[in-house]
This record gives sequence, structure tokens and C-alpha cells, in this order.
Amino acid sequence: MAKYKIVHYLNQFFGGIGGEDKADYEPEVREEKIGPGLAMAAALGEDYEIVATVICGDNYFGENLDLATDTIVEMVKKYEPDVFVAGPAFNAGRYGVACGTICKAVEERLGVPVLTGMYIENPGADMFKKDIITVSTGNSAATLRKSMPKIVNLVKKMATGEEILGPSIEGYLERGIRVNYFAEERGATRGMKMLIKKMAGEPFETDLPMPKFDRVPPAEPIKDIKTAKIAVVTSGGIVPQGNPDHIESSNATKFGFYTLEGMDRMSADDYMTIHGGYDRQFVLKDPNLVVPLDVLRELEKEGEFGSLLNYFGTTTGTGTATGSAAKFGDEIGKKFIEEGVDGVILTST
Amino acid sequence: MVKGIEKYGIPVVHLATVVPISKTIGANRIIPAIGIPYPLGDPTQSDEDSYKIREKLVRRALKALQTPVSEQTVFEKDI
Repeated sequence: MAKYKIVHYLNQFFGGIGGEDKADYEPEVREEKIGPGLAMAAALGEDYEIVATVICGDNYFGENLDLATDTIVEMVKKYEPDVFVAGPAFNAGRYGVACGTICKAVEERLGVPVLTGMYIENPGADMFKKDIITVSTGNSAATLRKSMPKIVNLVKKMATGEEILGPSIEGYLERGIRVNYFAEERGATRGMKMLIKKMAGEPFETDLPMPKFDRVPPAEPIKDIKTAKIAVVTSGGIVPQGNPDHIESSNATKFGFYTLEGMDRMSADDYMTIHGGYDRQFVLKDPNLVVPLDVLRELEKEGEFGSLLNYFGTTTGTGTATGSAAKFGDEIGKKFIEEGVDGVILTST
Repeated sequence: MVKGIEKYGIPVVHLATVVPISKTIGANRIIPAIGIPYPLGDPTQSDEDSYKIREKLVRRALKALQTPVSEQTVFEKDI
């Protein structure tokens, strides 16, 4: 008699129902192991049993998200599993989203440990990797054999309550969780070792991976500069004297728009910087070093460009979360579209 | 912020002192600025010279905004 019970979720394809033509297949339970479940059961050994497999068409799930989730959670509940496994979904987008959604619901509503598997570029991975353990797989089912040992190891750990180690050790996608631990070597030693490896062109693992940033395709250039409306934005923390909106000097949570109306240059009597990340002595004397209004007014007069937007956008760039900065950019961009701005000069200290 | 604005189709030129950061965050038109505490100008020089430096950079920025780019481009010199 097996000690631990597993319920497995599959889509219509891996469940053996059919391809795209069966993608609207409604949720169904079968009290047997199917498809990838066969390999999983064999690898898990006799202490574990897949007591049921839920099969649901990817389109049905996607189009009836709430209903499908409710139905499947009820189906799973009946079997009181020790672990719930969905997929793996490899690079199948709808399947990945379904696996993530159902795993999250089962974990939240039933308190059952859950596990899925996806290729890192599966859209479902981005949506759910922070919430649930998602084993990193290749992009096609041909990689099932390679991912199975990782899945099986994690299922066992979840069932028995053994500690799950970090993503690179266990082979799941990074969840952005930091865990404190005592390293055997101090930071200076680790740093030197990394440097030596780097110089030798060998692979090394950083202690602090940098976040990955999205890309935006370059916008079309300004066609007629003589009529173009130009706007200025800065992350250099230039604000009116007294900082009326209380923009933070570090890790800013807001930005401000301030007038340039009737001004030929940025006056140090009216403007200051609250940026906490650089020596402010020069800019406090001359804010034009960050918001080049004196030059812009001169060039505007000379007809080098159409006109200058009569206010500028500003925040503090130091320590500011990229998420906040993206939000400021979005709000500023929206406003500038309304204003008919043709090009932006953004200055950073 | 650069990308947040540029995604609306408005070209943005980033005058940035630390070019590698500008590249990492994904600015498409980049102009290296002078120094962290004085990106546009040089207060260690005379007011006039400092203004000239600033004028040069702003003129270059206006040129960069009129230049088609297909990938991240650093405008090191006047165009």
C-alpha cells in the first residue's frame, strides 16, 4: 500500500484525448496514471501512488478560468492528495497558464503542496514562478526524461516535508526569494575567486544576479525638428525650493511636473536638488547642470527646434525601484502624448 | 522611465553619466554626460565654458532625436 497520494493534472494532449480539435474538452477525472504520469509513477517507486489524473482541454480552461478552476479543485479535494502535480507544460503557453492557475488554487484552497514544470519562456512561467515551484524543463516534451528526476525529487521532498533547497540546486525556476545562510567563505574570498574565474573566461555564479530588463524598440526619429515640441525629464532630483511634493531623496515613490513658464534659465533661487546619491554642491548653485533650460531657451529662440514643453518631469533616480521608474515613465509618456510632445531629453546624474 | 515614455512612440535621448546603466536599462539613444554631480556642464571651468559644454550636449541630443536607430546607440561624438 502506497504511503503518499498524488493527483496529476494534464491537458487534452498529454491526457491522450486529442490535439487542438479537443482543446475544449471539459474537466474529467480518471483514477489511473496517464502519459507523463506513467514515467513519474515509475520513478517515484512504490511508496507513492498517482491516485487520479485530471484532464482538461487548454481552451476550455482558458475560456472558463473560474469555473474550470472551481471544478478541478473540487475534483482534487476528494482524493486528499499529499502532493498535486500539474504538467509539465514545456513551452505550451495555454497549458502553462492552466498549470500555474490550478496549482495556485489547489495550494491556496486545499493547502496541498503543488508542483509544475515549464520552459522558462512559457508565459505561464512568468506569471506563476514566484508563487509556485516550477521545475525548469526544456521547450518540448522530448525533454521530459531529463526533467523527471527533478520533478520526482521535489515531489518526494514535498510529500515527506523535507527541506527544499535553492532553485539552482533543485532545478526549478527562480522565485526571487532570499534565504539567509552561513557561507563557508567570506565575501572577499568569494569575490576574488569569481574575479579569477572571470579573468580566465570560466563560468562563475554571482552572489547577486542583476534583474533582467525589458526592451522597448527605438521610436521613430523626429522628422521636422523646426516644428517639434521637446520635453525635459530628469532623474536628478530637481524640485522647486522646499520640495513641495515631498519627493524622496532616495527610493522615490513619486515624480513631479514643475513649470518652466517664463523662465530663461533654472534659477538656484527657485530650484534645488533633493537627490541623495551625488554631491549636490554644484547643482544647488546651478540647476541648469541637470535641467539645461538656459541652452534650450537659447536654441528655441534660434529656431533650432519648435518649442519647449512648458514644464519638466522629475524624480530621484537613486535607489529607486525599476518598477517605480517604469510606472513614472508610463504616466509621463501618457501625459506627453496628450501634449503632443515629439521628443524627450532625459538627463541622469 | 526612458522605456516607459518611449513605448508610447516618443523618441527619448538619455543624457547619462553612467552609460553602462543606461544600456542595461534599455535606453535606445544614449549620450555620455560629463560627470555625476554635473552631467551637463563643468563647473570646474568658467561659466562660459561650462555653458558651451552644455550647449554641445543639447545640440547633440537634438540631433540624436532626429537620427533613426535600429538598436541601442551611444552618440559619442557630434553628428
